[in-house]
Amino acid sequence: MDKKKPKKVFVDGAIPPEKIATSIANHQSKTNIGAHSIFLGQIRADEIDGKTVSAIEYSAYEEMAESIFHEIREAAFSKFDITCAHIYHSLGEVKTGELCLFVFTSSAHRKIAIEACNYFVEEIKANVPIFGKEIFEDETHQWKVNK
Amino acid sequence: MKVNVKYFGAIAESAGKSEEVLDLEKGSSVKDLKNQQIKKYQIQDADSIQIAVNQDLKNEVELKDGDEVAFLPPFAGG
Repeated sequence: MDKKKPKKVFVDGAIPPEKIATSIANHQSKTNIGAHSIFLGQIRADEIDGKTVSAIEYSAYEEMAESIFHEIREAAFSKFDITCAHIYHSLGEVKTGELCLFVFTSSAHRKIAIEACNYFVEEIKANVPIFGKEIFEDETHQWKVNK
Repeated sequence: MKVNVKYFGAIAESAGKSEEVLDLEKGSSVKDLKNQQIKKYQIQDADSIQIAVNQDLKNEVELKDGDEVAFLPPFAGG
Protein backbone atom coordinates (compact mmCIF):
# COMPACT_ATOMS: atom_id res chain seq x y z
CA MET A 1 0.00 0.00 0.00
CA ASP A 2 1.19 3.50 -0.77
CA LYS A 3 1.42 4.48 2.87
CA LYS A 4 3.75 7.46 2.38
CA LYS A 5 1.69 9.30 -0.21
CA PRO A 6 -0.51 12.10 1.16
CA LYS A 7 -4.14 11.21 0.56
CA LYS A 8 -7.20 13.33 0.18
CA VAL A 9 -9.22 12.97 3.36
CA PHE A 10 -12.01 15.49 2.96
CA VAL A 11 -15.18 14.67 1.11
CA ASP A 12 -18.05 17.03 0.33
CA GLY A 13 -21.10 16.35 2.48
CA ALA A 14 -22.01 13.02 4.06
CA ILE A 15 -19.96 9.88 3.49
CA PRO A 16 -22.22 7.48 1.54
CA PRO A 17 -22.63 4.06 3.24
CA GLU A 18 -21.76 2.48 -0.13
CA LYS A 19 -18.22 3.86 0.28
CA ILE A 20 -17.68 1.52 3.23
CA ALA A 21 -18.77 -1.52 1.22
CA THR A 22 -16.58 -0.46 -1.71
CA SER A 23 -13.58 0.03 0.57
CA ILE A 24 -14.00 -3.46 2.01
CA ALA A 25 -14.34 -4.94 -1.47
CA ASN A 26 -11.16 -3.13 -2.57
CA HIS A 27 -9.17 -5.01 0.07
CA GLN A 28 -10.31 -8.53 -0.80
CA SER A 29 -7.32 -9.00 -3.10
CA LYS A 30 -4.91 -8.18 -0.24
CA THR A 31 -4.78 -11.62 1.30
CA ASN A 32 -2.06 -10.80 3.84
CA ILE A 33 -4.81 -8.92 5.72
CA GLY A 34 -6.62 -10.91 8.41
CA ALA A 35 -8.54 -8.15 10.14
CA HIS A 36 -10.18 -4.84 9.32
CA SER A 37 -11.33 -2.35 11.91
CA ILE A 38 -13.82 0.35 10.99
CA PHE A 39 -14.97 3.43 12.86
CA LEU A 40 -17.95 5.39 11.58
CA GLY A 41 -18.93 8.74 13.07
CA GLN A 42 -22.64 9.52 12.70
CA ILE A 43 -24.38 12.84 13.36
CA ARG A 44 -26.44 12.63 16.52
CA ALA A 45 -29.69 14.58 17.02
CA ASP A 46 -28.62 16.11 20.34
CA GLU A 47 -31.21 18.05 22.27
CA ILE A 48 -29.77 21.26 23.73
CA ASP A 49 -31.94 23.67 25.73
CA GLY A 50 -35.09 22.24 24.15
CA LYS A 51 -33.77 22.49 20.58
CA THR A 52 -32.82 19.52 18.44
CA VAL A 53 -29.73 19.36 16.23
CA SER A 54 -30.69 18.63 12.61
CA ALA A 55 -27.24 18.81 10.96
CA ILE A 56 -23.60 19.73 11.48
CA GLU A 57 -21.84 21.97 8.99
CA TYR A 58 -18.13 21.16 8.99
CA SER A 59 -15.37 23.53 7.97
CA ALA A 60 -11.61 23.21 8.36
CA TYR A 61 -8.27 24.92 8.05
CA GLU A 62 -7.82 22.56 5.13
CA GLU A 63 -4.12 22.92 4.35
CA MET A 64 -3.14 22.43 8.00
CA ALA A 65 -5.70 19.64 8.48
CA GLU A 66 -4.35 17.69 5.49
CA SER A 67 -0.82 17.96 6.84
CA ILE A 68 -1.90 16.85 10.34
CA PHE A 69 -3.79 13.90 8.82
CA HIS A 70 -0.56 12.99 7.07
CA GLU A 71 1.43 13.23 10.35
CA ILE A 72 -1.15 11.04 12.11
CA ARG A 73 -0.82 8.45 9.32
CA GLU A 74 2.98 8.50 9.58
CA ALA A 75 2.82 8.09 13.37
CA ALA A 76 0.25 5.29 13.09
CA PHE A 77 2.36 3.35 10.57
CA SER A 78 5.40 3.62 12.85
CA LYS A 79 3.45 2.61 15.99
CA PHE A 80 1.32 -0.20 14.58
CA ASP A 81 2.04 -3.04 12.18
CA ILE A 82 -0.86 -2.14 9.90
CA THR A 83 -1.13 -3.06 6.24
CA CYS A 84 -3.10 0.03 5.27
CA ALA A 85 -5.24 2.81 6.65
CA HIS A 86 -7.85 5.09 5.14
CA ILE A 87 -9.51 8.17 6.60
CA TYR A 88 -12.39 10.19 5.21
CA HIS A 89 -13.97 13.21 6.89
CA SER A 90 -16.86 15.33 5.72
CA LEU A 91 -16.82 19.02 4.96
CA GLY A 92 -20.03 21.01 4.55
CA GLU A 93 -23.41 19.96 5.83
CA VAL A 94 -24.08 16.47 7.18
CA LYS A 95 -27.59 15.72 8.42
CA THR A 96 -28.42 13.72 11.55
CA GLY A 97 -28.13 10.00 10.94
CA GLU A 98 -25.58 10.51 8.16
CA LEU A 99 -21.86 9.66 8.38
CA CYS A 100 -19.15 12.30 8.86
CA LEU A 101 -16.06 10.20 9.64
CA PHE A 102 -14.84 6.88 8.25
CA VAL A 103 -11.63 5.33 9.57
CA PHE A 104 -10.57 1.98 8.12
CA THR A 105 -7.47 0.13 9.32
CA SER A 106 -6.26 -3.28 8.22
CA SER A 107 -3.70 -5.66 9.65
CA ALA A 108 -2.76 -9.32 9.76
CA HIS A 109 -4.44 -9.65 13.16
CA ARG A 110 -7.41 -8.05 14.92
CA LYS A 111 -5.73 -6.44 17.92
CA ILE A 112 -3.45 -4.20 15.89
CA ALA A 113 -6.24 -3.20 13.50
CA ILE A 114 -8.52 -2.26 16.40
CA GLU A 115 -5.85 -0.34 18.35
CA ALA A 116 -4.72 1.56 15.27
CA CYS A 117 -8.29 2.48 14.37
CA ASN A 118 -8.86 3.83 17.87
CA TYR A 119 -5.58 5.76 17.69
CA PHE A 120 -6.65 7.45 14.45
CA VAL A 121 -10.05 8.47 15.84
CA GLU A 122 -8.62 9.94 19.06
CA GLU A 123 -5.85 11.81 17.21
CA ILE A 124 -8.29 13.21 14.65
CA LYS A 125 -10.66 14.46 17.33
CA ALA A 126 -7.89 16.06 19.39
CA ASN A 127 -5.50 17.49 16.81
CA VAL A 128 -7.08 18.23 13.45
CA PRO A 129 -8.37 21.80 12.91
CA ILE A 130 -11.93 20.91 11.94
CA PHE A 131 -14.86 23.00 13.16
CA GLY A 132 -18.52 22.04 13.45
CA LYS A 133 -21.55 24.27 13.39
CA GLU A 134 -24.49 22.45 15.00
CA ILE A 135 -27.61 23.57 13.16
CA PHE A 136 -30.90 23.23 15.01
CA GLU A 137 -34.30 22.46 13.51
CA ASP A 138 -35.29 26.14 13.93
CA GLU A 139 -32.20 27.13 11.86
CA THR A 140 -30.35 28.72 14.79
CA HIS A 141 -26.91 27.28 15.52
CA GLN A 142 -24.12 26.82 18.03
CA TRP A 143 -20.49 25.75 17.64
CA LYS A 144 -19.58 22.18 18.57
CA VAL A 145 -16.67 21.44 20.94
CA ASN A 146 -15.19 17.94 21.19
CA LYS A 147 -15.41 16.39 24.66
CA MET B 1 5.23 44.21 7.84
CA LYS B 2 2.19 42.40 6.53
CA VAL B 3 0.69 39.18 7.84
CA ASN B 4 -2.17 37.18 6.39
CA VAL B 5 -4.68 36.43 9.15
CA LYS B 6 -7.27 33.64 8.85
CA TYR B 7 -10.32 33.10 11.04
CA PHE B 8 -12.29 29.90 11.46
CA GLY B 9 -15.59 28.73 12.90
CA ALA B 10 -17.06 30.89 15.65
CA ILE B 11 -14.13 33.32 15.33
CA ALA B 12 -14.85 33.96 11.63
CA GLU B 13 -18.45 34.57 12.63
CA SER B 14 -17.41 37.16 15.26
CA ALA B 15 -14.99 38.85 12.86
CA GLY B 16 -17.48 38.82 10.00
CA LYS B 17 -14.72 37.61 7.66
CA SER B 18 -12.55 34.58 7.09
CA GLU B 19 -9.30 36.37 6.31
CA GLU B 20 -7.59 39.72 6.08
CA VAL B 21 -4.12 41.18 5.60
CA LEU B 22 -2.89 43.23 8.56
CA ASP B 23 -0.05 45.71 8.59
CA LEU B 24 1.78 45.21 11.91
CA GLU B 25 4.71 46.92 13.58
CA LYS B 26 7.99 45.06 13.12
CA GLY B 27 8.65 42.85 16.15
CA SER B 28 4.96 42.23 16.94
CA SER B 29 4.39 38.96 18.77
CA VAL B 30 1.71 36.34 18.29
CA LYS B 31 0.35 37.28 21.69
CA ASP B 32 0.07 40.99 20.74
CA LEU B 33 -1.85 40.12 17.59
CA LYS B 34 -4.10 37.66 19.41
CA ASN B 35 -5.02 40.17 22.11
CA GLN B 36 -5.54 42.95 19.59
CA GLN B 37 -7.94 40.92 17.43
CA ILE B 38 -9.84 39.44 20.38
CA LYS B 39 -10.54 42.97 21.57
CA LYS B 40 -11.31 44.33 18.10
CA TYR B 41 -13.87 41.64 17.24
CA GLN B 42 -15.05 40.93 20.80
CA ILE B 43 -14.19 37.27 20.36
CA GLN B 44 -15.60 35.10 23.16
CA ASP B 45 -13.83 32.26 25.03
CA ALA B 46 -10.41 33.73 24.30
CA ASP B 47 -8.69 31.04 26.42
CA SER B 48 -9.95 28.29 24.12
CA ILE B 49 -8.40 29.86 21.01
CA GLN B 50 -5.24 28.36 19.53
CA ILE B 51 -3.05 30.30 17.13
CA ALA B 52 -1.20 28.61 14.29
CA VAL B 53 1.62 30.48 12.57
CA ASN B 54 2.36 28.98 9.16
CA GLN B 55 0.29 25.97 10.31
CA ASP B 56 2.38 25.47 13.46
CA LEU B 57 0.77 25.65 16.91
CA LYS B 58 4.13 26.02 18.68
CA ASN B 59 4.83 29.64 17.95
CA GLU B 60 6.04 31.72 20.88
CA VAL B 61 8.07 33.84 18.51
CA GLU B 62 7.98 37.21 16.82
CA LEU B 63 5.94 37.40 13.66
CA LYS B 64 7.68 37.90 10.34
CA ASP B 65 6.57 39.62 7.17
CA GLY B 66 4.42 37.26 5.10
CA ASP B 67 3.44 34.94 7.97
CA GLU B 68 0.07 33.22 7.84
CA VAL B 69 -1.61 33.46 11.24
CA ALA B 70 -4.71 31.35 11.88
CA PHE B 71 -7.16 31.88 14.75
CA LEU B 72 -8.53 28.45 15.62
CA PRO B 73 -11.51 27.79 17.88
CA PRO B 74 -11.81 24.40 19.67
CA PHE B 75 -11.57 21.45 17.28
CA ALA B 76 -14.74 19.50 16.58
CA GLY B 77 -13.83 16.83 14.04
CA GLY B 78 -15.31 13.35 14.03
